[in-house]
Amino acid sequence: MTRSTRDAFGESLVALADDGLDFVVVDGGVSGAARTAPFEAAYPDRFLNCGISEQNMVSVAAGLAWSGVPVVAASFAAFLINRAFDQIRLQVAQPGLRVTLVGSHAGITAGPDGISAHAIEDLALVSALPGFSVGVPVDAAETESMLRTMVTGDGPSYLRVSKHKTPVVVSERPCTAPGSLRVLRPGSDVTIVSHGVMVPVVLAAAERLESDGVSIEVVNAPWLSPFDEAALSASARRTGCVLVVTEHLGAGGLVGAVTAALARRAPVPADWVAVPGYAGSAPAGDLLRSTGLTVDDVVGAARSLLTRASGTPAAPAGHELELSALGGGTAPEGTS
Amino acid sequence: MTGRTSAVGAGVDDRVTWTPVDDLEARAAQLRTLVLEMVWCAGSGHPGASFSAADIVAALYFDVLQHRPDDPRWAGRDRFLLSKGHAVPVVYAALAASGYFPLEELRTLRRPGSRLPGHPDVSRRTPGIEMSSGSLGQGVSFGIGVAQAARIRGLDHRTFVLVGDGECNEGQVWEAALLAPHWGLDRLTVVVDRNDAAVEGPRGPISPLGDLAAKWQSFGWAVEQIDGHRMPEVQEALRSAGTRRDGRPTAIIATTRKGHGLSIIEQSPTYHADPLPDEALRQAVATLSPTGSSYLDVP
Repeated sequence: MTRSTRDAFGESLVALADDGLDFVVVDGGVSGAARTAPFEAAYPDRFLNCGISEQNMVSVAAGLAWSGVPVVAASFAAFLINRAFDQIRLQVAQPGLRVTLVGSHAGITAGPDGISAHAIEDLALVSALPGFSVGVPVDAAETESMLRTMVTGDGPSYLRVSKHKTPVVVSERPCTAPGSLRVLRPGSDVTIVSHGVMVPVVLAAAERLESDGVSIEVVNAPWLSPFDEAALSASARRTGCVLVVTEHLGAGGLVGAVTAALARRAPVPADWVAVPGYAGSAPAGDLLRSTGLTVDDVVGAARSLLTRASGTPAAPAGHELELSALGGGTAPEGTS
Repeated sequence: MTGRTSAVGAGVDDRVTWTPVDDLEARAAQLRTLVLEMVWCAGSGHPGASFSAADIVAALYFDVLQHRPDDPRWAGRDRFLLSKGHAVPVVYAALAASGYFPLEELRTLRRPGSRLPGHPDVSRRTPGIEMSSGSLGQGVSFGIGVAQAARIRGLDHRTFVLVGDGECNEGQVWEAALLAPHWGLDRLTVVVDRNDAAVEGPRGPISPLGDLAAKWQSFGWAVEQIDGHRMPEVQEALRSAGTRRDGRPTAIIATTRKGHGLSIIEQSPTYHADPLPDEALRQAVATLSPTGSSYLDVP
């Protein structure tokens, strides 16, 4: 059975309110797509739709939180984070207010909506803000548990959820505590650390590599901020190399958190499988293939990294976008 | 004379309790004097923008707002939110003169470790400051959140947001202008300090604002137009703002002049962000100060 973390988010909102948690929901005119509609139906007095005005919505959320009303503010990740970043910085992060931002349709798996809707920079942006908790849940259980942690916390937070449907991974043991990560599968040759929709891909790659005699330690790291540098470094020391797999740009995000942790605590060879650039408009599966985020790509990158870590020179993985994925079309004036 | 602390709602029909206009005009002159002195101490700090808002701020803090300077987080207080954050020296002056903190603290404007940073910053825990600003255009939306929270929490306070006309070039102002009437926030008031000047000089906002009153009215607001330097008009409009219960928020379009109150400030765009030279400051204090002398012992 597969489900999206976006669906899980919508159900979790109602569940948390049913449990007596005190918060309101503000939405940016996308209550159906962002799955806040069930909350609106159950708790109409606690649902505030700001319409399609993300900057306005974030400032409204800040005013509510400043006045002692905890807020969950939801819209598409691409518009919530990118468009309202100044409001998030000045009115949420700097005052340290209790606002939980939830960005849906994150990453390239938003698919055929195209690159305007593909948040692939959101984690880099938000995790640059001091004091922000930032997380990417792997499945429904982790979505509810992380959302609960964020809503009951005392500062700002961002939860990134996806439209893409993925299998259950951690139904019994979600990473509830801020900063926690978990070894899903112990191994000895390569650590692969991932989050969100890429974890099932990594688990499948680990299966295949195991059958070829390569032992993979799979780490689910849903919290980017705070980040458990000690636990990640412990895994790195066990295996001797680390591959990061993320549905986000290599700049910032999980790659940034992991490589910073390794540089400080366990400088072992590392590489990453990440979104190389703006991906185009196509079904999620096609985009995962064209951007190099498949099981085959993870297997290949892990093998290359292991070769490099073993002392044999090999080029880092690198994943170039095929130009065809970008399409032809109109160039800006003055370019050839 | 400090801010009123009674829990009785301000209204238009109890004029006997209104602060006399003469007193408010003296307060506005005191605030302008304090602004010049603080900005001189700091070496920078937007005196012009503070001057255009001084009469509005004086009426709010010394007559209209229900507030308790010795209990800044009193739940029943009216909220004042400064969206044009660069005018914060005049608000710091009003807070100090109301008793939120000592007048001498105004000398620390923009200094390391001060509770009085160059723009409002709630992380500094400045008593009486309710919103961070400095990036323009965000205050009305924040005010919507504050006014909506009051409704959720069963509080009946009013919420005032002061915006500049320059920042009305920010699109977010109009996103908020659409939303507040839709949510029926009749306890919310926006005051537009329309000084028809901006950082680039006296030609005003780059995209001309045209008929601002008609704009806010068409968005569903109850609109008042006043001379923002005629204290009886300022007091009357602010007193009655937010007292209607018809779902419509109030927009007060206050025509002002940047630097009003002192010709050297009014006539020179230099003083958008710069302090007066020493001798000019001495003359200004002598002219403006209700006591005829400096409050902060400068220069």
